Amino acid sequence: MAKEGKTIDALSQFELSPFLGDVGQAIGFSQSNAFMLLALGLITLFVMVSAARGAMIPGRLQALGEASYEFIQGMVTEQVGDEGKKYFPFVFSIFMFVLFGNLLGMLPYAFTFTSHIAVTLTLAVIVFVTVTVIALMRHGMHFFSYFFPEGAPVWLAPIIIPVEVISYFSRVVSLSVRLFANMVAGHVMLKVFATFVVLLGGLGAVGPFVAVLPLGVNIALVGFEFLVAFLQAYVFAILTSIYLHDAVHLH
Amino acid sequence: MTKQPDLHERLRQARAREGLESGPNGQKGLPTGPWGIGLRAGVEVVSALAVGIGIGWMLDRWLGTWPWLFLVFFVLGSVAGVLNVYRLFNPRRRSRVT
Repeated sequence: MAKEGKTIDALSQFELSPFLGDVGQAIGFSQSNAFMLLALGLITLFVMVSAARGAMIPGRLQALGEASYEFIQGMVTEQVGDEGKKYFPFVFSIFMFVLFGNLLGMLPYAFTFTSHIAVTLTLAVIVFVTVTVIALMRHGMHFFSYFFPEGAPVWLAPIIIPVEVISYFSRVVSLSVRLFANMVAGHVMLKVFATFVVLLGGLGAVGPFVAVLPLGVNIALVGFEFLVAFLQAYVFAILTSIYLHDAVHLH
Repeated sequence: MTKQPDLHERLRQARAREGLESGPNGQKGLPTGPWGIGLRAGVEVVSALAVGIGIGWMLDRWLGTWPWLFLVFFVLGSVAGVLNVYRLFNPRRRSRVT
């Protein structure tokens, strides 16, 4: 932590610790899980409260709820087409979970559960398995033609098929690493510059004046991190819909 | 309406409005700044390479053929990475009927 003084310790913020001391220890429940549950509760509350009144002229909360609904619905129908409407709940849940995870992480003392590869990889695997199952259900064995573009010479099959399979599996890695790396990088930067503020601020009389510089950087970074929080949730959702498009239409 | 647009153009718009026709190119709506494209390309290459290396390494452990399958899948992973970046800029055709 920054206030301990002389060293820059940017990574301890990602350490897991048992939630509520011995209680969490006994059942293996970390603060990361607690924040996931909190995100889940907040999303449920947000959607239910914003949809509760259903007024003709929406209030602020209802407008926000409707905006997020229409945002994802527009994305899904634009990317997947009309068949995509039935996958809207899936994409919406993924989007809200990632978004709330990113945003909760911006609160002081909060834990960013999307900064753990275990969490983002699990989300990516859920997307990957769902998309593959949808493709298999819609196209059956014809799905495997995805790995060999029609019209390619047959003698190239030993090269094309492994490459296509690797390319298909790399979706899991790229989807999870992108979110994970963005969140970790942002939070490390925030912590590093916050530590600079404290270290420079302790340098005698000129210290506080010099410390204004990293403080300014940090303020800019906080704004940037909010942008990244929205952007990465958006990218995760739109890539999910692009994969859904591939599964539904199979080219 | 002063000038009649082309019939095909109006037909296409109507079909698009009714969801009968998907857009011309894929992956629209993703961030397109130089940094966005660059990071995306980097992540695509590295993840394909990682998957290739992972598959090759595990097959080698299973079959005891270290390091030959690892080398083969290393190359295949690199090819898949290049293919991913190629797809980033030239998405597959959205539909066979154009």
